[in-house]
Amino acid sequence: MGLETLLAAVLLIALTCYALLGGADFGAGVWHLLAHGSSRREQHRLIGEAIGPIWEANHVWLILIVTILFTAFPSVYARLAITLHIPLTLLVVGIVLRGATFAFRHYDVKDDEIHLRWDQLFSVSSLISPLLLGTILGAVTVGHFPVNAAGFWDGYVSPWLKPFPLIMGLFTLTLFAYLAAVYLLLETHNPLLQDTFRRRAIMAALIAGLLEEAVLMLGQNSAPHLWGELTNSLWGRGIQLTIGSLTVAAIGLLLTRRYWWARSCAILQVTLTVWAWGIAQFPYLVPPYLTVFNASAPQVTLWFIAVALGFGVLVVFPSLWYLFRIFKGGGSLA
Amino acid sequence: MSDLLAARTLMAMSLGFHLIFAMVGMAMPLLMVLAEWRWLKTGQEAYLAVAKRWAKGTAIFFAIGAVTGTVLSFQLGLLWPKFMEWAGPIIGPAFSIEGFAFFTEAIFLGIYLYGWRKVSPRAHLAAGGVVALSGIVSGVVVVMANGWMNTPRGFTMIHGIPSNIDPIAALLNPSGLFQAPHMILAAFASAGFAVAGIHAFLLLRHPGNMFHQKALNIAFAVGGISAILQPFSGDLLAQQVAKLQPLKLAVFEAQVETQEGAPFRIGGVWNEETETFDHIVEIPFALSLMLHLDPYERVIGMKEFDKNNWPPIDVSRTAFQLMVFLGVIMLSHALWGVSLTYKKGSPGSSRRFLQATVLATPVGFIATEAGWVATEVGRQPWVIVGYLKTAEALTPIPGLTIPLMLFASLYAFLTVIVVWLMWRHISATPGQFEMPPTRPEEEVLA
Ligand code: HDD
Ligand code: HEM
Ligand code: HEM
Repeated sequence: MGLETLLAAVLLIALTCYALLGGADFGAGVWHLLAHGSSRREQHRLIGEAIGPIWEANHVWLILIVTILFTAFPSVYARLAITLHIPLTLLVVGIVLRGATFAFRHYDVKDDEIHLRWDQLFSVSSLISPLLLGTILGAVTVGHFPVNAAGFWDGYVSPWLKPFPLIMGLFTLTLFAYLAAVYLLLETHNPLLQDTFRRRAIMAALIAGLLEEAVLMLGQNSAPHLWGELTNSLWGRGIQLTIGSLTVAAIGLLLTRRYWWARSCAILQVTLTVWAWGIAQFPYLVPPYLTVFNASAPQVTLWFIAVALGFGVLVVFPSLWYLFRIFKGGGSLA
Repeated sequence: MSDLLAARTLMAMSLGFHLIFAMVGMAMPLLMVLAEWRWLKTGQEAYLAVAKRWAKGTAIFFAIGAVTGTVLSFQLGLLWPKFMEWAGPIIGPAFSIEGFAFFTEAIFLGIYLYGWRKVSPRAHLAAGGVVALSGIVSGVVVVMANGWMNTPRGFTMIHGIPSNIDPIAALLNPSGLFQAPHMILAAFASAGFAVAGIHAFLLLRHPGNMFHQKALNIAFAVGGISAILQPFSGDLLAQQVAKLQPLKLAVFEAQVETQEGAPFRIGGVWNEETETFDHIVEIPFALSLMLHLDPYERVIGMKEFDKNNWPPIDVSRTAFQLMVFLGVIMLSHALWGVSLTYKKGSPGSSRRFLQATVLATPVGFIATEAGWVATEVGRQPWVIVGYLKTAEALTPIPGLTIPLMLFASLYAFLTVIVVWLMWRHISATPGQFEMPPTRPEEEVLA
């Protein structure tokens, strides 16, 4: 495996971590928005306490992705920044509002009416950001970005404002919500809350399953490369089958209240989904022109990041483990 | 407004906004750790209360620092894709180091803010230390990356493509090495002065309050020492600029013609027609002396350079002068505080001094913003000096005034809320330290 492939794999690992950790924080925000019924206040409290100590660390995965992208694959970063200017800008605004309102809500010295406003903004931006993130990934999957576009619409809007990316957006959102619901089950001992999130987790799992099918269907025309890999190859079919069985297993485990196992299934399921996408996309970063091989930075740069990553891992993983051990008990994830 | 101007304004706005939060994020952990360390050493609960109060106030700044920093890492590409494509392989490795500093910072910040009762006091203090250290590392690295834009190193141009890349040489560029300590000192001086100003204000309202007394002492110590060191670091930096970016220095110092025994010039308005500065005050030989330790040494003037490469002169020079002026004020104020401490044991003993400290609350931040405007506008028309013009780096997407407006309203909104929250935060003074403490302070943060 060449260095550029290694760094592409690192990008995929970082994306997986961002989905599993940062994604779940967004998902928790979605449940914050949808919280209703008599336990509404408790649900809000649970969500606030669950993500408080960890969201900033989880957010850094995204920064790492951007950093590796512009260092190791600078032309890809530049291409995305030009063609996807609009959704990226909106994503950033969503991220700012999400983080800022969470901080306003939780680090204020008083607790009064205005906190309801912060809650609303927090949860709406938690809903919009994953939608945009998924849309952006969808647009990257389709690729074919116009190089010298004739007009504004062709150059900067139509590459992402079309069915396949938008469905990817919805799929991402549901997947994040699903993860969050499953994680939250292990954050509380209140049977009422557990019941609520159990129902939600099952619902989200079902919708995510349907959307995954929809992504594949649409992909047949929009992203033939992805579709071909996932449906015509042996590994593609295998991975799809595994993801499907994991979904069924997770739902079964949720029904029988085996939450720890359900969470493990969910984590595996999301990991495999991200990897299935990544491997099917390989070697393209943005099809059909930009690949892992032709868009990579010079070897020295790649070496430098690889070494920096090696050292970084030695520092970051033990620290992350320490963080999660303190706040999430027993060395378990998220 | 042209797209180029919109992009430049937006970039400046985002950087200037992030800078405030980044400075607080770099300096406050040190202040908190000092307060907590005093608590562990002396057992006085007021110190613990100070540390916890600061932690709660700073948490908001951290969060906004993180999200506005994220804006920047996208916006560099959204506005200047050509620049990032060019610079990414050379200076990007520096950012990957920064990425890990962010990680450790965010992780240990979580432990610091939420772990008061979950880890031992020593582990808690150590977590604060890691936050402080990684904040400083991020600041240093990003400023070194900026220094590279001033003095690009670590590559050779072959057929218009940067080749033979050496990321380490790029990172250790001569501008960055001098800019980084100047920036770190700026962060400590600014945050120290600001925090001291707030506690001085409250001390004037609640005379004798131990809580504010202790907070003021720590903040002033950090801010004052940095403010005293700052002009020295600035002078070293100026010598470096004189050597490596002589045109920029000439603009800073209003040196139009090359001259031996150049004076230090104060004030003045640039006259486009006559190409001179009107109404300028001169201190003979001072500039040559400051830059070369020799009153008769030659200082290169602007006219030696192609006029097409002159930066916007008024903006750059005014910003530079403002920074130096405020630097002198901060230095004097710090020295006053030192002499009070020497004579009376504490700077908080003089009402006059406290009043002056309140007035000095924002000066550090203003000086730092001014310094950055001087540096960045003074680099124009280049984004990478000598290699890439700002205009060439611009994204092709039209209508950039729209994101400019969007982010302007976003930042305005955040500013209003942060100011209001800080006001609420400040006006809730812990009353129990009016007298020497009688019983342990309960969880302030809970
Ligand atoms: C508290 C803030 C503060 C104070 C009091 C000063 N500075 Fe400063 N200065 C900065 C904050 C700053 C800064 C914002 O941090 C800059 C912008 C870029 C940088 O690296 O540091 C800077 C840049 C900067 C530069 C430009 C570097 C370049 O373009 O590459 C010079 C020559 C000086 N400073 C010199 C001084 C001198 C002679 C001072 C004497 C009083 C001084 N500064 C006080
Ligand atoms: C946080 C402190 C900083 C402030 C307040 C600041 C301020 C500014 C200002 C005022 C401009 C506009 C200059 C003009 O067009 O006339 C600018 C441009 C720019 N700055 Fe900075 N800057 C800061 C730090 C940095 C750092 C650390 C980097 C990169 C590592 C950077 C990269 C850029 C780029 C790429 C541009 C746009 C191109 C250009 O106008 O030259 N800045 N900044
Ligand atoms: C002089 C200029 C700058 C200084 C001194 C500085 C310093 C810092 C510091 C100390 C932090 C962490 C503390 C906090 O969250 O408040 C931070 C956060 C951040 N900065 Fe900057 N920065 C500068 C400019 C930039 C630029 C140009 C970029 C974009 C490439 C950037 C990207 C980031 C990011 C992504 C974060 C968030 C990290 C997190 O999640 O904790 N910064 N900055």
